[in-house]
Amino acid sequence: MRAYFGRRYTISASHRLHTDALSAEENRTTYGKCNNPHGHGHNYGLEVVVAGAVNPETGMVVDMAALDEVVRSRVVDRFDHANLNLDPLFVNLVPTTENLSRVVFALLKEALPAGELERVRVEETENNFFECEGE
Amino acid sequence: MIYLTRRATFSASHYYWNPAWTSEKNEQVFGRCANRNGHGHNYTLEVTVAGETDPVTGFVVDLKGLKEIMEREVLAAWDHRHLNLDTPEFAVAIPTTENLAIAAWKRLEPAVTAAGGARLNRVRVYETPEIFAEFRGEA
Repeated sequence: MRAYFGRRYTISASHRLHTDALSAEENRTTYGKCNNPHGHGHNYGLEVVVAGAVNPETGMVVDMAALDEVVRSRVVDRFDHANLNLDPLFVNLVPTTENLSRVVFALLKEALPAGELERVRVEETENNFFECEGE
Repeated sequence: MIYLTRRATFSASHYYWNPAWTSEKNEQVFGRCANRNGHGHNYTLEVTVAGETDPVTGFVVDLKGLKEIMEREVLAAWDHRHLNLDTPEFAVAIPTTENLAIAAWKRLEPAVTAAGGARLNRVRVYETPEIFAEFRGEA
């Protein structure tokens, strides 16, 4: 039977929302405080949901320790306590949480130990979150 | 279509063990969860029903009725129990969070359907705040 396994992680990172495609004034209008020149940080909540058949021998969709290792090595180690703007993936991509959710989805999609990636949810604060389902 | 979710909590103990395997393989696959003395969690059960709002009451489903179904069908059987030793569905199946979500669905679905007005849409079981599994009734 198909079920879904979800796991939460946290990432603390800094970023600045700014695009060279807009003028300084347009950046300020569009991104507000998030455009402050020296950046700022968040404790991001990351939720990874894996879909698949429940293995009858283990009762599991995916082995949690193996999933943790993939998420740690590909995502958490890369972005935790880092400046998102300086990561090569964000050189030409504004590190909004929308884009972070898409980047994380792409980093994990082909690397899962079992099942398929159903959804990546990134919570920037307790009051806003973004989800990518790979569409 | 409106989706309505109700939460409840229960506390239970369990262990993970596949009797077809050696002790070594059980410990390798399940780690600390294979300790035969068991361990426990405060689980959260999240039940989502889907339906149209009743034009008179504005409800998708009577929340008190849904609470009673959750308490009768799931909590009465699982709360403050040892899942492997006290519940028929885990006499054989391993009480992983995935299997808890499937078993909770099977317990809830007939009663939710019989109550009318809404269909069971999703059951999510949190083993800890960082670990959950969902079942949506898919084959």
